[in-house]
Amino acid sequence: MASGTLYNKIWDSHVVERLPTGQYQLFIGLHLTHEVTTPQAYDMLAERGLRVAWPERTVATVDHIIPTDDLARPYVDEQAELMMQALEKNTRSFGVRFLDFASGRQGIVHVIGPELGMVHPGMTVACGDSHTATHGAFGTLAFGIGTSQVRDVLASQCLSLDPLRVRRIEMNGALAPGVEPKDVILHIIRRLGVKGGIGYAYEYAGSVIEGMSMEARMTVCNMSIEGGARAGYVNPDETTFAYLEGREHAPVGEAWDAALTHWRSFASDADASYDDVVEMRGEDIEPMVTWGIHPGQSVGVHEPLPDPEAFDEAERPTVERAYAHMGFRPGQKMTEVPIDVCFIGSCTNSRISDLRTAAELARGRRVAEGVKAIVVPGSQAVKKQAEEEGLDRVFSEAGFEWRHAGCSMCLGMNTDKLVGDQVCASTSNRNFIGRQGSPRGRTLLMSPSMAAAAALEGRVSDARTLA
Amino acid sequence: MTDLGIRRIEGRAITVRGNDIDTDRIIPARFLKALTFSELGEYPFYDERFDSEGREREHPFNRESARGAKILFVNANFGCGSSREHAPQCLKRWGIDAVVGISYGEIFAGNCEMIGVPAARAEAQALAKLQEAAEADASAEFCVDLERMEVRGGNLRVPIELPENRRRALLDGHWDSTGQLVANAEQVRNVYERLPYTRGYQEA
Ligand code: SF4
Repeated sequence: MASGTLYNKIWDSHVVERLPTGQYQLFIGLHLTHEVTTPQAYDMLAERGLRVAWPERTVATVDHIIPTDDLARPYVDEQAELMMQALEKNTRSFGVRFLDFASGRQGIVHVIGPELGMVHPGMTVACGDSHTATHGAFGTLAFGIGTSQVRDVLASQCLSLDPLRVRRIEMNGALAPGVEPKDVILHIIRRLGVKGGIGYAYEYAGSVIEGMSMEARMTVCNMSIEGGARAGYVNPDETTFAYLEGREHAPVGEAWDAALTHWRSFASDADASYDDVVEMRGEDIEPMVTWGIHPGQSVGVHEPLPDPEAFDEAERPTVERAYAHMGFRPGQKMTEVPIDVCFIGSCTNSRISDLRTAAELARGRRVAEGVKAIVVPGSQAVKKQAEEEGLDRVFSEAGFEWRHAGCSMCLGMNTDKLVGDQVCASTSNRNFIGRQGSPRGRTLLMSPSMAAAAALEGRVSDARTLA
Repeated sequence: MTDLGIRRIEGRAITVRGNDIDTDRIIPARFLKALTFSELGEYPFYDERFDSEGREREHPFNRESARGAKILFVNANFGCGSSREHAPQCLKRWGIDAVVGISYGEIFAGNCEMIGVPAARAEAQALAKLQEAAEADASAEFCVDLERMEVRGGNLRVPIELPENRRRALLDGHWDSTGQLVANAEQVRNVYERLPYTRGYQEA
């Protein structure tokens, strides 16, 4: 059993009761919601005559189904329109704040929570979405939950949960130039496996993580779930506090000083004990690309694709399925793979720093012929900021489409989809079969600079040679 | 908590015969796009109850007596296949509060428990008698008794089984996580008031 960790401190301060089932009732400080996993939950609430217990602790936005090109209502996709209407009705009748397009604060739920300063160290956060671990970057305990649990949080501001174990992933040394946060998390998942984190919260630590910006830490925490971990976090430090200061929902004045003391107290103690500790070196990481059908199937950009024989017997069927679906062969290099589509966006990589990195490469260059490339900012605020910096023009002039904020091509729930067996260089987080909307579509996960480089060269490329 | 517990389910019963009835048959996939579970009550066995033109077919759920029935008698491996929670939801929303059969798809039985519907097992021959009795007299009343673990109806008395933790959860009302969490509202408020961020980091 871990002790003295941030996980333990947040857990202990939020436990309400031990339940008769043996699980624990945990208070949830911030409940983020979106249109897809809430309608049934609200419906069940209404049926039982229950209200939202603490409406001021829940906030809603729209991201999964929203079109990123034509926002005129009613939406072209009838199902999307119905879901939007349901969210509008439910938030109105239950008194929940809805950050819709008109608010100027709409965006991917995991992008807007932090950028509005709603996520504070020491909080518990829940959202009906598996990438909720993103918020762990702020030193929170953040859980992705199912629809019936969304109902629980709405009705009681609580979840019933089993405790987790804590694994410290200590990433020391330094990253080589051109190696990005996305490469760090892909490397971690490859090393520990997509099931390696089951039953754990991951504490990301060490000099590489400590040296990262908040946006970089969010990218790392975001994909904790892809490593099997239920939650992932970074201990709060000066970088965290500097990010929060001055944001819309951050405390000010005396409250800010009090908050700082409180926030500092939540970081893991120097002598904390962990259920497991894994050490890695930043120098060992190369720009990464996935070649298969889960986020653990990745290689360094110059590494030949692995021999199926090199895997455990249990892993081999998935490896063979991956080769069959992707149409690649062992020994091949990813730099030989031509791409059809480039998607820069998603809650993993759609923040301003990601767009700046991609724009830097795109400046003065052209997207390769035959490649469809889209850039989808994570929020209206990111979009605005990028436009103020002129990034939209850099992208447009290079032949990238500049879109409105949303989940877009991260998943096939809106009008942005792969077609047929297209190969997509994507900055999103899941390369599962069919994830990007075409059952035969092929997704290659990579960092924003690698995705931009792929778009410009028309094939997977080492972004460092373009820089 | 006891007021939320389920002890007895009393009412008329529907018999649906056949082994290995999967959740696709209970509710066809196209109804999964529904925004809410609440309208699903119209759709149990939809493709067996209606032909492609929407005309009613002969089916136990189409009989007059099926409206208002609370208990469903089935056979073996009921609810196998896809894990959709929509399957027990549509039965529940039709009005079914208890299912009695020989065996179940595992996930279906678990989903039933989540929404407070006992999926009880009975021995095959005894179950056949219950099914006959319900078919012979559509107005016959039955009682699924979770305390005595039996189904009664007319002159029949049939022992039933449920895993003990599921039975306890139903009896004590613990199957409903929302119910439990809401019941501790006062303790929740205590935690809420203790947390600095809920009061904007001002001293209490
Ligand atoms: S961007 Fe993708 S992973 Fe993130 S919330 Fe949207 S659909 Fe989910």
